[in-house]
Amino acid sequence: MNTVMYFFKVTGGLVGLLVETVYWCKSAFTNSDKVLQQLVVIGYQTLPVGALIALFSGGVLALQAGPALAQFGVEENVGGLVGLSIVKEIGPVMAAILVAGRVGSAMTAEISSMSVYEEIDALKTMDINPVRYLVMPRFIATVIALPILVIYMDVIGWFGGALVSAVNPEVKLSIDIYYNNLAQFVDFTAVVNGLVKAMIFGVIISIVCCYVGLKTSGGPREIGRSVTKAVVLSFVLVLVFDYYVTRVLLFLNLD
Amino acid sequence: MEQKLDNNNVTNGRLGSVFEGREKCTGSVLLDYLKCAPAGVCIKGLERSFGNHLVLKGIDLDIDPGEIVVILGKSGAGKSVLLRHIIGLDNPDAGSIRVAGEDVHNPDFSKHHVLAMVFQSSALFNSLSVGENVGLYLKEHKIINDDSRINEIVSSALELVGLGGKEEVMPSVLSGGMKRRVATARALVMNPDIILFDEPTSGLDPMMTRTIGDLICDLKSQVEITQIVVTHDIDLTFYVADKIAVLSEGRILQVGSPDEIRNSRDAAVQEFIAPQFG
Ligand SMILES: Nc1ncnc2c1ncn2[C@@H]1O[C@H](COP(=O)(O)OP(=O)(O)OP(=O)(O)O)[C@@H](O)[C@H]1O
Ligand SMILES: [Mg+2]
Repeated sequence: MNTVMYFFKVTGGLVGLLVETVYWCKSAFTNSDKVLQQLVVIGYQTLPVGALIALFSGGVLALQAGPALAQFGVEENVGGLVGLSIVKEIGPVMAAILVAGRVGSAMTAEISSMSVYEEIDALKTMDINPVRYLVMPRFIATVIALPILVIYMDVIGWFGGALVSAVNPEVKLSIDIYYNNLAQFVDFTAVVNGLVKAMIFGVIISIVCCYVGLKTSGGPREIGRSVTKAVVLSFVLVLVFDYYVTRVLLFLNLD
Repeated sequence: MEQKLDNNNVTNGRLGSVFEGREKCTGSVLLDYLKCAPAGVCIKGLERSFGNHLVLKGIDLDIDPGEIVVILGKSGAGKSVLLRHIIGLDNPDAGSIRVAGEDVHNPDFSKHHVLAMVFQSSALFNSLSVGENVGLYLKEHKIINDDSRINEIVSSALELVGLGGKEEVMPSVLSGGMKRRVATARALVMNPDIILFDEPTSGLDPMMTRTIGDLICDLKSQVEITQIVVTHDIDLTFYVADKIAVLSEGRILQVGSPDEIRNSRDAAVQEFIAPQFG
């Protein structure tokens, strides 16, 4: 019974925080300096690692798929296969996991330490709404940054696939053919599909991580526990929503 | 400051207290800037428990506009909890807190009254510099749009608490007592109608305690701000208080003027104000 109550409490809390954050987005322009600052932090933390992850994800896809396709003599389709998998699934999910692990955890750590050390209370006594001051800039920055990060990782991932296909002696696909095939399969809707997912993941990660941070109470020990909780919950929700969003997109014929 | 101490060192019997003698107050940019509408506080039947631990057991306390009330009490008596209720951070189980007749939990309360609090833990924003901490309220509420004017008020506030020129320092490198003083400056800049101090002088040396004591008195004489001070420091208490409330185990034992408290027949009250040594 307690677990059920807890589930509804957290779900309600997350939805409530989301609604409040969206409401405060009206002051996004007057707080653009904070949004920008968060964007810089996210970019700084994710771009180098993102490139590495994307390069190897694309590479391993090509490594697995290339020889299999070559057996049937259709190895030029590696381009389409790698291109579509990355743009629709691997790109958004990898980017989300990266952002949750690096950016989300830092958000939870910062906000939960502010909760524990009464800084949130101090904000309230100064009549500064914590959702406007802390959550809204992080929310907007994450929702903007994740799609950009996905495009960046898509491009690098494609390149990783091209590189492996070209070098792998079992496939030996020229880079031209790879990209031509990729361009045939990856159309505009596929890209939009991935970006929609990325934005939804951005919403999930920022809201979950800020919510857990704001709800932290007790001593400094709770900060570490909150970070773990927020990252795990983000991962789970990202993967669960990935499935349902895909279903909805398929239903809408956007897939 | 040293001069002051020398002049006042020879006192009646007890060791020289830094609170002997009263300097006349000096003007400052901040004190000129402050213009509050002093408001009284009326607490009735306030009760609060955490789990089954009853912390506040029915507190009644009236504070007049412009008055300095000192709340004395043992560690764990519920002083910080009481302050958190007065400023509206916690909700009582029973009873009410009214400021100038208006309930502090009224959603529109903050539009009419500004209450500021100096937290026992200081609660400085660790990601902001000292100057940004102090100026945050003015910036966020766009009370002053001119940055140089904000800086002027911020440095004046820091000077008042003896931390002039520390604007660029980050809170993490400050000592506990310095943090408390930054928190005091941050609260003052809000131009509050009522200011709540949770142990403003714990961890401060006698000279700094004197500075804070003088600041509290200056705030009264120049700005007529209502002040609620929680402290263990008996010298500070009798230096600043208009009214003293002795809190013990969630109840108020006695409220009265400093003289009434000094001459109290209540043994528990006497225990509090008796000199700690000798
Ligand atoms: N959030 C909380 N949850 C549970 N118990 C609490 C909470 N806050 C305070 N208490 C309890 O309330 C009692 C009073 O605490 P409070 O902080 O008000 O003491 P205090 O008078 O300020 O003491 P000190 O002088 O040491 O600061 C303590 O027994 C404390 O354990
Ligand atoms: Mg306390």
